[in-house]
Amino acid sequence: MPLYHTEDQAMLAESVTGFMADEGGIKKQLRHYRDMNCQDGFGHTLWKQFAEMGLTGMLAAEADGGLAMGHVEAGIVLREIGRNLTPSPFLTTSVMGVTALSGGSEEIRGRWLPGVLAGDSVLAVAVDEGPKHRPERIACKAEKAGNGFRLLGRKAFVVQGASADAIIVAARTSGSDTDNDGITLFAVPKDAAGINHENLRLVDSAMASNVTFDNVELDGDCVIGEVDGGRELLNKVIRAGRIGAAAELTGVGQGAFDITTAYLKTRKQFGQLIGEFQALQHRAAHLYSELEIAEAAVIKAQQLLDGNSDKADLMVSVAKAKAAKACNLSVREGVQMHGGVGMTDEYDIGLYMKRDRSLAEFMGDQYYHAERVAQLSGY
Amino acid sequence: MSDLEAFRAEIRAWLEENCPAEMREPVRDEGDVCWGGRNFQFKNEAQKTWLERCVAKGYTVPDWPKPYGGAGMSPAEAKIWREECARIGARPPLSSFGIWMLGPALLKFGTEEQKVHYLNQIARGEIRWCQGYSEPGSGSDLVSLQTFGEDKGDHWVVNGQKIWTSYADKADWIFCLVRTDKTNKYQGISFLLFDMTTPGVTTKPIKLISGNSPFCETFFDNVVVPKDQIVGELNRGWDVAKYLLGHEREMISGAGGGDRLNAIGAVVARNGLEDPILRADLAMFDVDALAYACMGEKFLDEAKVGRAHPAQPNMMKYAGTELNKRRHELLMSAGGATALEWDSERTNGGTPSRSWLRTKANSIEGGTSEVMLNVISKRILELPGA
Repeated sequence: MPLYHTEDQAMLAESVTGFMADEGGIKKQLRHYRDMNCQDGFGHTLWKQFAEMGLTGMLAAEADGGLAMGHVEAGIVLREIGRNLTPSPFLTTSVMGVTALSGGSEEIRGRWLPGVLAGDSVLAVAVDEGPKHRPERIACKAEKAGNGFRLLGRKAFVVQGASADAIIVAARTSGSDTDNDGITLFAVPKDAAGINHENLRLVDSAMASNVTFDNVELDGDCVIGEVDGGRELLNKVIRAGRIGAAAELTGVGQGAFDITTAYLKTRKQFGQLIGEFQALQHRAAHLYSELEIAEAAVIKAQQLLDGNSDKADLMVSVAKAKAAKACNLSVREGVQMHGGVGMTDEYDIGLYMKRDRSLAEFMGDQYYHAERVAQLSGY
Repeated sequence: MSDLEAFRAEIRAWLEENCPAEMREPVRDEGDVCWGGRNFQFKNEAQKTWLERCVAKGYTVPDWPKPYGGAGMSPAEAKIWREECARIGARPPLSSFGIWMLGPALLKFGTEEQKVHYLNQIARGEIRWCQGYSEPGSGSDLVSLQTFGEDKGDHWVVNGQKIWTSYADKADWIFCLVRTDKTNKYQGISFLLFDMTTPGVTTKPIKLISGNSPFCETFFDNVVVPKDQIVGELNRGWDVAKYLLGHEREMISGAGGGDRLNAIGAVVARNGLEDPILRADLAMFDVDALAYACMGEKFLDEAKVGRAHPAQPNMMKYAGTELNKRRHELLMSAGGATALEWDSERTNGGTPSRSWLRTKANSIEGGTSEVMLNVISKRILELPGA
């Protein structure tokens, strides 16, 4: 398969690019909801528009009313979300959440997917339990209780957790914290008794929750997939989140790059455009090269994932690490090249820098994924 | 089975049957590379057999048209050829500047007669070519070149000096940039081809920091070049040169494959890896190398269908060569004192240190990294005054 978009994918990209620029722009979405101190961190009207575009169910099976598309297509949407810094539950809901539910019974899919597809519901995913991404370690417990389970523990950095209609929770149903087996995924409804949110605003204005589950009673039908056998499905969800975040990062990096090169072509100092200075030209050209390479790694990983290749896992980590490195360079260079105005809230470049930080951390930063690359390569 | 799958099966079976076992071993040093040419000495029978079998099928230049010695493969087929060769670790049957650089230029600018004549010679590995571009006073500022061809009616008389002519001492013919109009800087250069045994051509190897001499100084003293040995129009050689530089940059970038794209952590770790910070640097390098390999694949895929930005080879060259230099810095650190050995047998004559030093030229030859960044700024980013 050639490493570029097919005609269908290019058409999707064209319509999504236009839609996101018109409806998901920084002023209309990010600044608007941030300045009104919105506690959900995103706009529900836009989410409804996502549904009208058919985007909310991109990854869902056709039998479930979805479009049965893959990570390449989801990545197209995420790149535009990144470029416009659009606050949206798309990644947690339509990419990670739908991937999780797709591993569940018809009943559980029927319970949650219609709302997602209609743009009425939002899902959050709760994996990590501390400040760093450590999915190998899961201590949050779900003990058998009658016909169901009792959930007890704490989850951190649950993006849009407080506004989600259901939280997909990875919990331990047997074994000890670092065991590979003994994991079960649950779809926990928001109104279940015993859920406590510490709802926090993050640096990029997104809302994330530290969730405490205090003996939350769950029916057996909240289980997604197999009891104790959820690790594989969890890995699938995590991979979807990682490559999704990587795709969004390439969009953030590109967006920052675009406004920075535009600035280089308009800002004058010493009687000339600052883009005429070779010191800046070379840094911009280097940055261009890094962004191109990151994008290539991302699309390669997406294709491998969609093709169920055994090399996908390695390439997903390569892509997440590389996208994070390139995007980070883009926002840092962006602020520096903007000079003083880059430090102001009025200019957008700082918003890109904040978003980069959050996304880089989400589902593992460059250090985590470089470590994984080493381990998967056998050293 | 689709046509492409059938094609893959066919290639796989052919390779299985025809690629000698010795030709599936990694290339260890220069001696393992088959350059072809009048005076080439095959290292062993397998190298010769492998070349002959590929020549017979047009596989030395799989995507060139059949009348010119190629196999006429489509981009998708050529990709399958590369993938199948990589799968069994098959060495390239023939490496040459004729294939990488002159060939593409002839395909675009040559007359039909020139194509049939020169391209078939290249495909069969009969003539080894070298490139006469840089001059002592014209490095990054190549267009200032002074080597002059005086018009004598049915021929030119060429006088001047070239430098950094790779393997000029081993080459049979040269493709050379010669000034044919002193009054016009850009449109006063012609692209000439001539035999290195023509009276008046002399070469002198230049000893490099690696101890090796892949480059030469080449002198022209009243060299007679017939008028039919020009590629493209008179005084429009700069267009050919620029086009060809794109291919050279693509080649140096390693986009076509080869071991410089590989991750190295796992290889290094086989001999033990006790320094955690070196391990971390290797992991970060591997991330960049594996991502760059994707870029190489994407670039080739896009280039084959005309989707790549025309200046993209400059980016590939910049990123690929900088990466390769980093790769060898890490390999030297990992090798420790052993990697410092200059002529010992166990290092195969100082391969680690000599290779490391050789890579320093990567970001200088074929356009420096700084020139690549200039070109990206100007042609891709369209920055002002670049």
